[in-house]
Amino acid sequence: MDFINQHIQEIYFVIFCIFIGIEVISNVPSILHTPLMSGANAISGVILVGAVYMMLQIPGDDYLNLTLGGIAIFLGTLNISGGFFVTGRMLKMFSPKK
Amino acid sequence: MEAIIEIGYLLATLSFILGLKFMSSPKNAKTGNLIAAIGMVMAVVLTFVAGYTETVPYTNLIIMLAAIAIGTIVGKRLSDKVEMTGMPQLVSLFNATGGGCAMLLGLVEANPMHLQETELTSQILLIAGLITGAIAFTGSIIAERKLAGKVKDYRTMGVVFSARILLLLMILLPVIYFFGLLPIGFAPFVFALAGLAMIYGVLFVLPIGGADMPVVISLLNSITGIATAFTGLVYGNKVMIAGGIFVGAAGIFLTLLMCTAMNRSLMKVLAGKFKKSTGAVSEEDQEIKEISVSETALALSFAQKVAVIPGYGLAVAQAQHTCAQMQQLLEKRDCTVDYIIHPVAGRMPGHMNVLLAEANVDYSRLKEMDEGNEVMSQYDVVLVIGANDVVNPAAENNPDSPVYGMPIIRSHEAKQVIVMKRGMSKGYAGVVNDLFEMDNCSLLFGDAKISLQEIINQLKLI
Repeated sequence: MDFINQHIQEIYFVIFCIFIGIEVISNVPSILHTPLMSGANAISGVILVGAVYMMLQIPGDDYLNLTLGGIAIFLGTLNISGGFFVTGRMLKMFSPKK
Repeated sequence: MEAIIEIGYLLATLSFILGLKFMSSPKNAKTGNLIAAIGMVMAVVLTFVAGYTETVPYTNLIIMLAAIAIGTIVGKRLSDKVEMTGMPQLVSLFNATGGGCAMLLGLVEANPMHLQETELTSQILLIAGLITGAIAFTGSIIAERKLAGKVKDYRTMGVVFSARILLLLMILLPVIYFFGLLPIGFAPFVFALAGLAMIYGVLFVLPIGGADMPVVISLLNSITGIATAFTGLVYGNKVMIAGGIFVGAAGIFLTLLMCTAMNRSLMKVLAGKFKKSTGAVSEEDQEIKEISVSETALALSFAQKVAVIPGYGLAVAQAQHTCAQMQQLLEKRDCTVDYIIHPVAGRMPGHMNVLLAEANVDYSRLKEMDEGNEVMSQYDVVLVIGANDVVNPAAENNPDSPVYGMPIIRSHEAKQVIVMKRGMSKGYAGVVNDLFEMDNCSLLFGDAKISLQEIINQLKLI
């Protein structure tokens, strides 16, 4: 019971997000499913927020964790930049033809 | 300050919702993508500003900025260079990076220096994020290798069996650990789990068949999202939780959609199972009618309404552009050309639409399966290019057929069907196609691109 009392906000938040996510995504037409997927992929790169937060906490002489953190930041950034750029490139092709 | 950060995260979350919402129409989707990207940059910058203090060592800052700069450049390069046919590989690769990031976060956070006296809930969430991240990481890499044709399906009992044992271990070990029955520290335990999860990711994708790849990519995408959400819960960071859950929802939505479109249950896809063909008739025994290029061109020149049903064979032959040329030529003759696209055409959800859009086909000409089926009888000629199982009428009227129950494009209801094929090989499902024997169907053999080019040449003469 303690657990629920402490975390009730998070629980509400998670449930609402699930419903919003399904609601928004089910309206996407099948012609845009590939950009939807690569765009969603880019959004999952928001994990970078966690990596940046973590990187600021690691002691400056803890080289193992600094290396791991650096790789994590590189991977997260790659996910975001690649994801949004490639989605943009695809969507450009769907622009109305003049 | 606190309030500004919170508002910034809220705006970032909203930008993700808007970005996905704008994907509902091709016209606004570009704006949506931009909004989501801006929201993302804002969230990252705010996190930096909020966490930055004078005590942060320079080493950390330098590593961080260098990693961000290299990541951005590499991402831009990769996305500029990719061919549209290679899109599924690239999306898998980016998915692997997201999963890898989640896994590394879990590993670093497990270090006792950072997690000294955390409660059980955070530890469980951390492990959940780490395991899902690691599975998405190696799974996506294997998926990418398979899509690139570098790794073959590897379907033995050993693989399937060990994958199940690993899955069981990953559930049981944390339970045993948290009851205090494993005498090791938290960090070594987490490293061991990450190792198991990475092996599981490989074994989990290996047995899955090439035709089922659209399902797997969607599923892995959703797993990365879930990993992000778990990690977000560890930090209590709302923008990570929301972003992760949206991606998880999108992935699961597409996974189920792909499964329905292939008439396969998710469990069967994951086990790499396929129903064996029971039909005794081999294709050699089928009575088929062949058609020549000039006859095809003639039929097209008299048609008022033409539909093209493209399959991945069209993309393999690199014939999208030639096909679009033919469309333009026919449109000059006051003939309408529609494309009817099956949900699983291509190697990932919606892949065929992207390939055709690249060839400058207007998206209003791209019809979904149901839309096309409703007006099928109005089409004078239907050209099936590089598709097979998705037009097999056996899916509707032969309960013995392995494809029975799969939703199909009812091309046989059109006035005339011309199937362009390289030879009499079977489709992915290895199933006899009843369409070929029907009275209104004829086959045009040859490479799709060459045939289409010849048709164009003939049409110009008529």
